[in-house]
Amino acid sequence: MIRLEEVYKIYNMGENEVRAIDGVSLEIRENEMAAIIGQSGSGKSTCMNIIGCLDVPTSGKYYLNDQDVSHMKDDELAEVRNKTLGFIFQQYNLIHKLNVLENVELPLVYKGVHEKERIEAAREALRKVGIEDKMNNLPSQLSGGQQQRVSIARALAGNPSIILADEPTGALDTKTGKEVLEFLQKLNGEGNTIILITHDMGVAEKAKRIIRISDGKIVEDSGHSVPKTEHERSGIPGKGNVKRAVPKAAGMGDAV
Amino acid sequence: MNFKQSFRLAIKSLKTSKMRSFLTMLGIIIGVASVIILVSLMNGLSQDMTSSFESMGTNTLTVNVMGRGTNRTLSVEEVETLVEENPEYLDQYSPRVTASVTAKYDVNSVSTTVIGVNEFYDDMQSVAVTEGRFIQYIDTLRRLKVCVIGAYEAQELFEGADPIGETVKLNGSSYKVVGLLEETADSEEGSDDDVIYVPYTAATRLADNARISSYYLTAVDTDEIETSKTVIENMMYSVFEDENAYRVTSMSEMIEAVNEMTSSMALVLVGIAGISLVVGGIGIMNIMLVSVTERTREIGIRKSLGAKRKDIMRQFIIEAATTSSAGGIIGIIFGIGAAYAAGVIMDMTVVPSWNAVAIAFSVSVGIGIVFGYFPANKAAKMNPIDALRYD
Ligand SMILES: Nc1ncnc2c1ncn2[C@@H]1O[C@H](COP(=O)(O)OP(=O)(O)O)[C@@H](O)[C@H]1O
Ligand SMILES: [Mg+2]
Repeated sequence: MIRLEEVYKIYNMGENEVRAIDGVSLEIRENEMAAIIGQSGSGKSTCMNIIGCLDVPTSGKYYLNDQDVSHMKDDELAEVRNKTLGFIFQQYNLIHKLNVLENVELPLVYKGVHEKERIEAAREALRKVGIEDKMNNLPSQLSGGQQQRVSIARALAGNPSIILADEPTGALDTKTGKEVLEFLQKLNGEGNTIILITHDMGVAEKAKRIIRISDGKIVEDSGHSVPKTEHERSGIPGKGNVKRAVPKAAGMGDAV
Repeated sequence: MNFKQSFRLAIKSLKTSKMRSFLTMLGIIIGVASVIILVSLMNGLSQDMTSSFESMGTNTLTVNVMGRGTNRTLSVEEVETLVEENPEYLDQYSPRVTASVTAKYDVNSVSTTVIGVNEFYDDMQSVAVTEGRFIQYIDTLRRLKVCVIGAYEAQELFEGADPIGETVKLNGSSYKVVGLLEETADSEEGSDDDVIYVPYTAATRLADNARISSYYLTAVDTDEIETSKTVIENMMYSVFEDENAYRVTSMSEMIEAVNEMTSSMALVLVGIAGISLVVGGIGIMNIMLVSVTERTREIGIRKSLGAKRKDIMRQFIIEAATTSSAGGIIGIIFGIGAAYAAGVIMDMTVVPSWNAVAIAFSVSVGIGIVFGYFPANKAAKMNPIDALRYD
């Protein structure tokens, strides 16, 4: 699904160059939940930008779903992002002027989905994160946890094959953060590929695979997790409030 | 990005920051309003002038003898012969001798214009008599001191009494009133109602100059007026042998000249007003640039969700065009209102042109698109990572 081959990202800062990513080779398969962990400045965000097709590597190859995206132009990357990637950011990154529903609709707007269908899909995504009742509110009228749920709904709305979360719990309190993580685990359980970026080992532990990065290099990789069987997949974490019988409709708990 | 959403967003941001939107639109409002006001007033002016020329008859030709460098004059008989010899082109003729006089009756007096004409003049110029009669052949033949007075003179001199048969003094000599003209312009001073007709033979005595230097002729067919004009010109040249000694003008030429003059005047004025439209466009560009910077993060978010350059481009251009066309609409409404107000205050005819309204509106939309292009392009070219990191 994701294959990086000898990827470098080098910034030229006048005389000296900064190797934000210094020769990374990495493969992440479908249905994996991987955490990229590292200290501040280690190159996590740069890595996520490249995986998320927000940026292209200075050299090296990046194959996404067997398609070489390392030399794509702006608009081609935009299309790839729109079709295959969902982002969850630390700062939620909701558009303040748009209400919750309109925010969640955005990826579908750019996909060219018709209004009626679009609203239906956006409501479905909001229902999934348990916040459909707030769809006419503005983001500023919601709590941090609620806003992050909206951003998760937005990431899900376009039905992407990969969800990228950059410090998704960074701005949340411990309890809400935990609920968000559990929800991500549940999504992974439902078959979504999830890449989690964090500096917090406590957060990274929720993933089955931990990739440690330092000075732009991978220094530790807990290994390719073996793709699970259908039986295993439906049976994972089993934690807290995940209702197994109706996984699609399960919420993240009303306390968020 | 669909049009509807961009449009709704643009309207929303116009509404949320009303003061800023108003100031942004101000240049466009002023520009559009001044164009509308100017065009309405110029239109009114040209309509007034055209209709006053038209009331003289579009088939009228005037001949003026300047008499420069020659003592040769054009006699009534020569003009008469010309008309008689060209019945397929020329219909009627009348000499036209004007003089400024003081008209007195009893204790009342007015300063007015006396026009000396012959018996055809009322037909040629559609002058209607309500009481009595117009100048007749016998009057001119015998140089009778009779006159036909306008409604203004009737009102000022006779104050409602019947003027027919009375005697007025024109520059001291007595003239008998034989006819009263129909009122056409509310009996205002200086209007078509402020006139006295006398036989041209009598008028030469009232005028300082005994020569007849002006004739009115009518063409048989308005469409053939140029040929009629040539006929007159040929005769004139054979008499004077100098093109500068006379001038032949057709009324339709005059109307054309007036229209040309007013429309080129309008063009200059509208051009000046157009400068304020450009200034308005720059104002919009300025605010759009600020808006693009303010919304860098929003642009980053949209791009991360899959917005292409053209999507961002379209969003900002629609926003700029919405702002400028809102300004345009306000300008149009304000302009029409102000034009009518100016018309009342300055006592001018106001004719708003729907063409001008349509053009003003399209120009304001166009200005939004043109001046929104640069900021929109700036937004569209933003790098999503830099934009996302911005705060
Ligand atoms: N646009 C840039 N220009 C120059 N240097 C950059 C840029 N982006 C990141 N870097 C540098 O690359 C390194 C990795 O940054 P980043 O990926 O943001 O780290 P992390 O997300 O792990 O904190 C840092 O040293 C940072 O200063
Ligand atoms: Mg970072």
